[in-house]
Amino acid sequence: MSHAIFEERKDQIFEKVGDEPFRISCDKQSLAGAVSQRACTFCGSRVVLYPIADALHLVHGPIGCASYTWDIRGALSSGPELHRYSFCTDLGETDVIFGGERKLARALDELIPRHRPQAAFVYSTCMVGLIGDDLEAACRKAEEKHGIPVIPVMSEGFKGSKRAGYYAACKALFTLVGTGDTDGTPPMSVNLLGDFNLAGEIWIIREYLERMGVSVVANVTGDGRVADLRRAHGAALNLVQCSGSTMELAKMMQEAYGTPFMRVSYLGVDDMAQALYDVAEFFKSQEAMERAKELVRREVADIYPRLMELRKDLQGKRAALYVGGAFKAFSLIKSFRLLGMKVMLAGSQTGTQEDYQELASICEPGTVIVDDANPLELMKYLIEKDVDVFVGGVKERPIAYKLGIGFCDHNHERKLALEGFVGMLNFAEEIHATAMSPVWRFMPRKARPALKVAA
Amino acid sequence: MLLRHTPKEINERRALTINPAKTCQPIGAMYAALGVHGCLPHSHGSQGCCAYHRSALTRHYKEPISAGTSSFTEGASVFGGQANLLQAIDNMFTVYEPEVVAVHTTCLSETIGDDLPQIIDKAGKDGKIPAGKHVIYANTPSYVGSHVTGFSNMVKGMARMAESGGHKNGKVNVIPGWVEPADMEEIKRLAGLIGVGIILFPDTSGILNGPLSGEFKMFPEGGVTIEQLKSAGDSIGTLALGEWCSADAARYLDTNNKVPCRVLDIPIGLKATDRFVDALRIIAGVSVPEEVTHERGQLVDMISDMHQYFYHKTVALAGDPDQLIALTEFLVSIDMWPIHIVSGTPGKAFVGRIKELTADLPCQVNVKSDRNADMFLLHQWIKQQPVDLLIGNSYLKYISRDEDIPLVRWGFPILDRVGHQYFPTVGYKGGLRLLEKILTAILDRKDRDDTEQAFELVM
Repeated sequence: MSHAIFEERKDQIFEKVGDEPFRISCDKQSLAGAVSQRACTFCGSRVVLYPIADALHLVHGPIGCASYTWDIRGALSSGPELHRYSFCTDLGETDVIFGGERKLARALDELIPRHRPQAAFVYSTCMVGLIGDDLEAACRKAEEKHGIPVIPVMSEGFKGSKRAGYYAACKALFTLVGTGDTDGTPPMSVNLLGDFNLAGEIWIIREYLERMGVSVVANVTGDGRVADLRRAHGAALNLVQCSGSTMELAKMMQEAYGTPFMRVSYLGVDDMAQALYDVAEFFKSQEAMERAKELVRREVADIYPRLMELRKDLQGKRAALYVGGAFKAFSLIKSFRLLGMKVMLAGSQTGTQEDYQELASICEPGTVIVDDANPLELMKYLIEKDVDVFVGGVKERPIAYKLGIGFCDHNHERKLALEGFVGMLNFAEEIHATAMSPVWRFMPRKARPALKVAA
Repeated sequence: MLLRHTPKEINERRALTINPAKTCQPIGAMYAALGVHGCLPHSHGSQGCCAYHRSALTRHYKEPISAGTSSFTEGASVFGGQANLLQAIDNMFTVYEPEVVAVHTTCLSETIGDDLPQIIDKAGKDGKIPAGKHVIYANTPSYVGSHVTGFSNMVKGMARMAESGGHKNGKVNVIPGWVEPADMEEIKRLAGLIGVGIILFPDTSGILNGPLSGEFKMFPEGGVTIEQLKSAGDSIGTLALGEWCSADAARYLDTNNKVPCRVLDIPIGLKATDRFVDALRIIAGVSVPEEVTHERGQLVDMISDMHQYFYHKTVALAGDPDQLIALTEFLVSIDMWPIHIVSGTPGKAFVGRIKELTADLPCQVNVKSDRNADMFLLHQWIKQQPVDLLIGNSYLKYISRDEDIPLVRWGFPILDRVGHQYFPTVGYKGGLRLLEKILTAILDRKDRDDTEQAFELVM
């Protein structure tokens, strides 16, 4: 493997050296044949919408699309668990020839009366896009028949990367917004966009806001409910986390309902505190600000001693991160800094030009920034930069372990809440557990043979 | 109750699969391809398919899984994927330097009608396949069959590499079916003990259960080589383990290369292993070596030691046809009653085989395959008639929890436990492990549920 980096991909990687001006190419289709870590449009829509727990989620397509997205992401619900089922029209050969609309109608006819969901999302897949089923018409008919919103999600996989799927999901969500009654919505109220309640994270954030006197109207979409989404336009403000996935919805709501939005991050001490202060400031509420400050003081006091203990061991260690959207990377870099660690590699599957620009500005010299990396590129930099801990998703974990490097899943498979102040402590504990694990002593780390890849 | 939305009453379903006991073809093709030495699987379709398959296999094996994708766009979906695949083949050989690229299709490229042999042929003529390197392929439309079909199709793709040189090589082809790397290792060990030289394909041992070396190898040691696959056309015979996963490839070799084949069940449990060992013995013209007889005796010994705990225990199973047939035979042979059985994979013969194997049980046996044979139905059956034990993949854990029934994880995928990579369940040794797992589940449950008075030290 003499050249781990495709010639064509060179401009998707940037190493921050000296005063060289930042430039990166991104938001483009992966090269054919690349072992890309990316997924498809359908995947993007599915991860955004599926946490809505009292809706029916029906995959209209062949079985695989449903199997691979069956409860793979720990999006917790405090009530119904219908979203943890896998429903699929399971299209077959005859459907390819004669179309799948009848099957879809039958499936909805069976499911809606039985489960009485508050709404149904019907996901389009590659095949449905090709055979030309009129998903919108089929959904309209079902909606009339059953009296609940039946929403087509135009998420054909071939349309693009996950980002295109986020957009399709936002469009689907937007059809619900504005259909409910906003009477009695408190003036100091927000919607939480872009939080999927992995490991119960949205409950942490809601509790902080409540302590400040701020009400949450709709969770978009972690532990989400259809009725809340319908009256989401009554909220005074949209808080947008994970900007990639729900930013479009925020923009649509701003245009249609004048709801302002604010980008926030709940990861790390600085960003979490800033998010709360920003909310208080937005509402121009002295009381909320006082409460926020008190909350931050208490929460930080709670976690600080332990954080500093962990920092003693972690000081000077090197981290790498490869995440879905670049926005998360900013907070992670700050969190690592709080732990005394240096970030040597920062990459994402779907970052935008402005994301990477900002990323470059907060990274230290020597940091590599990469868009849509493949495993060989990741390996090359993990070794070259002598990284101790890698933060990524499911496909990155075994690569790190094979190299004898610690790993933290900051994606679907996180097992502990990583948001909020308590989340920062959990994150630090996880990083400590993996960076300091005795297992790495059993492999010849420092005596690592020269790698062929470092050509 | 996580699955509280599942009603006990069963209504006929015609248009819907809920909580599937299957997935789609391409992942099977990808798993099979990983059992070829130096092979990079390639998914000819959208990026998502490839990402999903890699993630699912990564979760099951806890190993890095590399595979390329044609990264279809809207344009490719209209004008066909030839340009994408040609570029992909070129890129993969240039950058990742595999020995073999194994292309499989997806519902997308199949619906468009991309002609794989023609495109691969063109890639060869255009010089995009370096000398000494190979491209194998399989058509794996996701809307036909299941992951099992995809596996079988790619194995057939391997068989197409076979050449007949005129001189028999004295070896036996063994097609193991969709079993774990550890099972493939065990099959090789058994054949070695009996003294039969085999060509095993695919062979994922060493590739998906490798050590931590401090290196990331895209192509770990192991796997059947192209040389071996070529030579498979000169073997004296083929043993195909499993009708669904292996028979097609074996019959192909029989027809095209005049290598006679026998289709056996996967050697899971006493009787199926007996048949496998017997087949190897006959081919080698030897008597069964003492070591193998010894292992068999150990398995019978464990069954006899613990038979009172197996006695009439009812079991529900979900999984793939080849595995379930062998397992059902094994369970019945140790006096357990498999009474609810589903497989999402189509094939009428499955229901027939299961009915045959369970014909002597004094109870009703529910068995269903193909569409709607899913875990939703299995759960409804269990609500109607509870069982003592569940055996199947990790997705059964929802039913296990809700109905408070112990679960033995076995099959694909296992997303929440380890061991399947390292410990076989085929052969006599594998039978011991399977029984140990079953017994542990049953006895742990007994210990948990026994009253203080009935709680016993010795079991």
